[in-house]
Amino acid sequence: MPWIAACSADDIDTEDLIRWDHAGRSYAIYRSPDDDYFCTDGFCTHEAIHLADGLVMDYVVECPKHNGQFDYRSGEAVRLPACKNLNTWQTRVENGQVEILID
Amino acid sequence: MSHTNRDYALLGRDARLAEEIGLVSAQWYHTDLPRKVMKELMTRSDQPAIRDTIILFSVMIASAGAGIWLWPSWWSAPFWLIYGVLYASAMDSRWHECGHGTAFKTRWMNDAVYQVACFCMMRNPVTWRWSHTRHHTDTIIVGHDPEIIAMRPAVVARLILNFFGIFELWGNAKTTLQLIAGYMPETTKSFVPEPERKRAFLIARIWAVIYLGVAALAFWMQSILPFMVVGLPILFGSWHMVMTGYMQHLGLAENVLDHRLNSRTVYVNPISRFIYWNMNFHVEHHMFPMVPYHALPRMHELVKHDMPPAHPSILSAYREIIPTLIRQFKNPDWFVKRELPASAQPYRAEYHGDLEPGAPTPGIAGYDAQARPVAAE
Ligand code: FES
Repeated sequence: MPWIAACSADDIDTEDLIRWDHAGRSYAIYRSPDDDYFCTDGFCTHEAIHLADGLVMDYVVECPKHNGQFDYRSGEAVRLPACKNLNTWQTRVENGQVEILID
Repeated sequence: MSHTNRDYALLGRDARLAEEIGLVSAQWYHTDLPRKVMKELMTRSDQPAIRDTIILFSVMIASAGAGIWLWPSWWSAPFWLIYGVLYASAMDSRWHECGHGTAFKTRWMNDAVYQVACFCMMRNPVTWRWSHTRHHTDTIIVGHDPEIIAMRPAVVARLILNFFGIFELWGNAKTTLQLIAGYMPETTKSFVPEPERKRAFLIARIWAVIYLGVAALAFWMQSILPFMVVGLPILFGSWHMVMTGYMQHLGLAENVLDHRLNSRTVYVNPISRFIYWNMNFHVEHHMFPMVPYHALPRMHELVKHDMPPAHPSILSAYREIIPTLIRQFKNPDWFVKRELPASAQPYRAEYHGDLEPGAPTPGIAGYDAQARPVAAE
């Protein structure tokens, strides 16, 4: 399972997220208020809307379409209409690069 | 001629067709805005909604109090009219904004006002949350949007009776009774997921207890006064909700994927803005539903270069709506396609922006110019 460099740590503002596409799959990479990094699948589990246009508040990301919400650390769906959890992916920061462990 | 050749049924023919041609759960046009600006606009705050909620509930209590005090004199009527509009129209916009979860920053505040507003409107908080979710996914997509309020051609009597809350009260009371009995129609099930349905039944039953209490009080007092406070305001206070609600989409395009073509932004007076909680910026709301009501005027300023010009008044909007509804009796495919300013991104074919008024609407099978000749436009 390789670690893949996704972006520079500075590419993401604190309490924000960006979209990252890799090998035909789309992800969302988050920088938390404490400057920790997390990664989930990019698309909401309610409908095929990308979370990259959503809002990060603390450890929750709001889907920009219907405000389904997820805890991006665990992927847990915490507000309807999102009912299904998001997949999460392990992250680390190496030499200023955010890396994602892709299986 | 008042028959319709469109099939608005949620599980009907045009629902299937819309799905087949990719109109369902589709990608929609968005005006480009820098991420920083979007984040700033989406930022939540409790303060504006707390202020507005205090004003709203204070005026409701004062007007209902005056109405009760002066009852049964006709002098109580103006107070009931004020109370009614707040109960049945302002609560509609509170239902709406709190349903989106954007009015307040604090979640329990959104949820609490949402529940109160649902009770006033007699809208089940579960079924209506999901119906509105669908309205945002498939805005004015025939057969998928459960919140299309005027079919083509329109049923005029219904549009008029809506001002008196007749269908709102009748429809919501009927739904509540069905839910109390543990029944949910298949069409509603099409947008309410299974695990959610039990909660819809439970809330309807809690309401039943409250309404029984109001009825017992009315019986004991031998007066309809308790129902003037709970329930009946839907009949005499819905008119503002209907007046503003008709401006949202009526006369505009169906089955397109660009909110600039199917939604309308209208400048309204400050009192209506308070009652309607800024939903007069309706194109903006649909394009960016996570922007709270209090940020919509700012958003409007930032995107208006990419929008058809806002209507300057309610009257101006109705000057567009009424002739269009009349024209749709002859040709249900007629709609208003508003001009974009030179600064705007043009309507694009991939969002069905090439649809022209009077041309057959994509995803509508029933329109058959051969079978029913259309008057020359
Ligand atoms: S698409 Fe994400 S909540 Fe609906």
